[in-house]
Amino acid sequence: MSKAASDISRRSLLKGALVLGFALPVASKLKAANLAPGAAPLSPTGKVLMPSGFISIGPEGVVFIIPNVEMGQGIYTAEAMLIAEELDIGLDQIKVVPAPPNPELYTTPLLHFQGTGGSTSIRSWWEPLRSAGATARMMLVTAAANRWQVDAGSCVAAGGRVSHRATGRSLAYIEIAAEAAALPPPTGVILKDPADFKLVGKSSKRVDMPGKVDGSAIFGLDVRVPGMKVASVIASPVFGGRLKSVDDSDALKIPGFIKVIKIDNAIAAVADNTWAAHRSAAALKIQWDDGDNINVSTASIREELVTASKDGTPIVALNQGGAIEGLSKGTKRVDATYELPFLAHATMEPINTIVHVQPDGCDIWCGTQVPATAVMLAAQITGLPQENVRMHNQLIGGGFGRRLEADSIAQATAFAKQVDYPLQVVWTREEDIRQDYFRPAYHDQVSAALGAGGLPIAMWHRTTGGSVLARFAPAAMGPDGLDSDVVEGSVEIPYDIPKRRVDWVRHDPPKGLPFSWWRGVGPAHNVFVIETFIDELAHKAGQDPIEYRAKMLTHNPRALAVLNLAAKESDWATPLPARHGRGVSLHQAFGSFCALVVEVAVWPEGTIKLIKATAAIDCGFTVNPDTMVAQIEGGTLFGLSAALFSGIEFEGGKTVQSNFHDYRILRIDEAPRMAVHHIQSAENPGGIGEVGTASAFPALGNALFAATGVRLRSTPFDHTKLVSQSSDKPVLGSLAPTAGISLALGAFAKMTGIASSGGTE
Amino acid sequence: MTSIKVNGQAVDVDAPDDMPLLWVIRDLLGMTGTKYGCGIAQCGACTVHIDGRAVRSCVMPVSAVGDRNITTIEAVGKTDAGRRIQSAWLQEEVAQCGYCQSGQIMSAAALLAHVPNPTDSEIDAAMSGNICRCATYERIRRAIKETVTL
Repeated sequence: MSKAASDISRRSLLKGALVLGFALPVASKLKAANLAPGAAPLSPTGKVLMPSGFISIGPEGVVFIIPNVEMGQGIYTAEAMLIAEELDIGLDQIKVVPAPPNPELYTTPLLHFQGTGGSTSIRSWWEPLRSAGATARMMLVTAAANRWQVDAGSCVAAGGRVSHRATGRSLAYIEIAAEAAALPPPTGVILKDPADFKLVGKSSKRVDMPGKVDGSAIFGLDVRVPGMKVASVIASPVFGGRLKSVDDSDALKIPGFIKVIKIDNAIAAVADNTWAAHRSAAALKIQWDDGDNINVSTASIREELVTASKDGTPIVALNQGGAIEGLSKGTKRVDATYELPFLAHATMEPINTIVHVQPDGCDIWCGTQVPATAVMLAAQITGLPQENVRMHNQLIGGGFGRRLEADSIAQATAFAKQVDYPLQVVWTREEDIRQDYFRPAYHDQVSAALGAGGLPIAMWHRTTGGSVLARFAPAAMGPDGLDSDVVEGSVEIPYDIPKRRVDWVRHDPPKGLPFSWWRGVGPAHNVFVIETFIDELAHKAGQDPIEYRAKMLTHNPRALAVLNLAAKESDWATPLPARHGRGVSLHQAFGSFCALVVEVAVWPEGTIKLIKATAAIDCGFTVNPDTMVAQIEGGTLFGLSAALFSGIEFEGGKTVQSNFHDYRILRIDEAPRMAVHHIQSAENPGGIGEVGTASAFPALGNALFAATGVRLRSTPFDHTKLVSQSSDKPVLGSLAPTAGISLALGAFAKMTGIASSGGTE
Repeated sequence: MTSIKVNGQAVDVDAPDDMPLLWVIRDLLGMTGTKYGCGIAQCGACTVHIDGRAVRSCVMPVSAVGDRNITTIEAVGKTDAGRRIQSAWLQEEVAQCGYCQSGQIMSAAALLAHVPNPTDSEIDAAMSGNICRCATYERIRRAIKETVTL
């Protein structure tokens, strides 16, 4: 994995600014084997207009080839809008397909590899996709003008047609595409003034919505290939362990069981159907060589982090002169330590891959955020040339970073090459949680000195934790070994603080314990630390948390504007009853500005009720506003869920949690009301998918502090620390009388097969 | 052979008695709209209707269904409540990744069939067994309320 990822990354990086090939004939760059399903066929006779890798116009219609994968963020729609805007065509007149693996055409510029993650899609493709649309439109207009023998300037493109008003003539794009394809690509393509946008900037209905409402949407796990068998995986429960032996005598009694196949660190039970495969896998008696991690536990990892933070050698990310000296020059000093846990992704669609290895080629069906990496790995494992590996990428039932890793695709290929039929390799939910590539734990220490007026005059932030980037894309590491992701959200903060130092002690989790990206990446960790700490400073200074922040934003008008908007819309100034509280967070990660206010009530026994979350967002020019709102809604609740419930633990080198009963996810009865307020902006677009997640952790912690006076510096927030002997109780007012967050499981509907909704039998 | 009624049609399936209905639907009948999420009735992605009631099919042995009517996401749009729920889902643009949404819609349709104008707490009670990892809860709530006008 690491080699492949680094290869792809290094190669892309070496190329620097990748030529996207708008003005180049792309047919030669598109490998026929991996042409997106549904795209018009490549035509050596030039009958299909394909002026870039993103558009194909031919007899079969207008197809947009979307460079990023759809995993719920609405990117099929938003990127189609960018192309359609400049091509002058309606979204109801086009079809979208996912881009095939082809880094030369589809490398996401901000990532330097073909992938979807880090809230980079719109930021990366905002201009290239519009250019692609404009290029195609110019070629179509020129072709029509040539046929009519009129000046191209007298023709207009709209609604998928070129028209010549003076003579009332009109041609559909598909009618003129072959002639357009014969033209040289234009130079000097001019993009529309955003003021003239018809589509971009107004909410469009999502193109993937109908199939997700009527059950017809196909995710990786839904693909059915003729002759396919199902293989249920059990990997070494201790990280880094190896398979010693397996006894299938009990599995042989299960109808449908076919056989066991093995790789170095896992087995798979092959059967006729999923149920038989899961049962057979469970019936196997497996002996493991546990390896070196048998004594690894949450406590041992935590202890190592604490030691490393004291004794390790820091890599300095930011060092403004006098930061350390300044810490002893204030009127007050604040020191705090924060701890963040390992996290699982727990995507609703568990890990799965279909691989069919044949003598002369290999087909893969799954949903992945890294299709080109998957092809490279499958080629390495099968020994086949890359061009003979065909990737059929599917809708993704939740990514959140999990499907930036292709470990499961490599594993499935290693299993599938042992059989001659298509093999659907599936993980149970238990495997999905236990064998995740976890968000690693962090240990953070922050110190600040407050000057006259209570504002910080110096601040020092030390993070201790592992580096995902060092494995994932070593070429992207700084020359001094700095991982820019680890300090994203702590080096660049919204505030004017005169003297700051940020450093990082690298300490990876034990070898063999897989760790990777998780929604919010660096900022999901750092924004929690910084924004909780700023709240602590405000409290130490005896000032209102929003006013305090505003004083440090005089040079940051966009941050100040979202902060003020969140204050207004959340009724920040209106007092709350006892045991109620509001907390705020502010950040400018992913190129966007977001302020979030969370309102909570806390019962004396520590039960937490999330009442309301109010976000204010400036993400620059907003392509599809309703999708932006959906991402802030969902992203915020995703973060609140983790802040309340989530922490993966290890004992004896194994993952403790295994399913949704012990790895809790926020449910509808626990979710707060959520409002998103948007500031229109003409700035370049920022990212949106991870913004709310990063905001959520500190806003909730700060609200719990406001409600109880108890400062919680680690997540998941320990509600038992919020217990109060006082007789004060929160007031429910007009709120629905739900029981609040019940941290003990137990609602009947959640525990039984029968939902509690409606009806009698 | 077990005989069951799925979406109005009687079908014979060659399934062991203890095979959960989920896998009969997905693997033996090839209808993939009903999803596997957890296998222990914790997430609701596998929700179907049995005689109009929302049931987690991942823990319902096929032999326990008997002659009752099974409805899946593929056919719920033929019921009045299902049709209105699906319209509201489109109206409110509820789904994100969409993987859990079949189950959400089945739970919501069962609720609406029995409680035409549900309160927030009735929505909470009916829908709290369905996890949405993208956390589309705000829109699920709005869409269910929206059906009153559809």
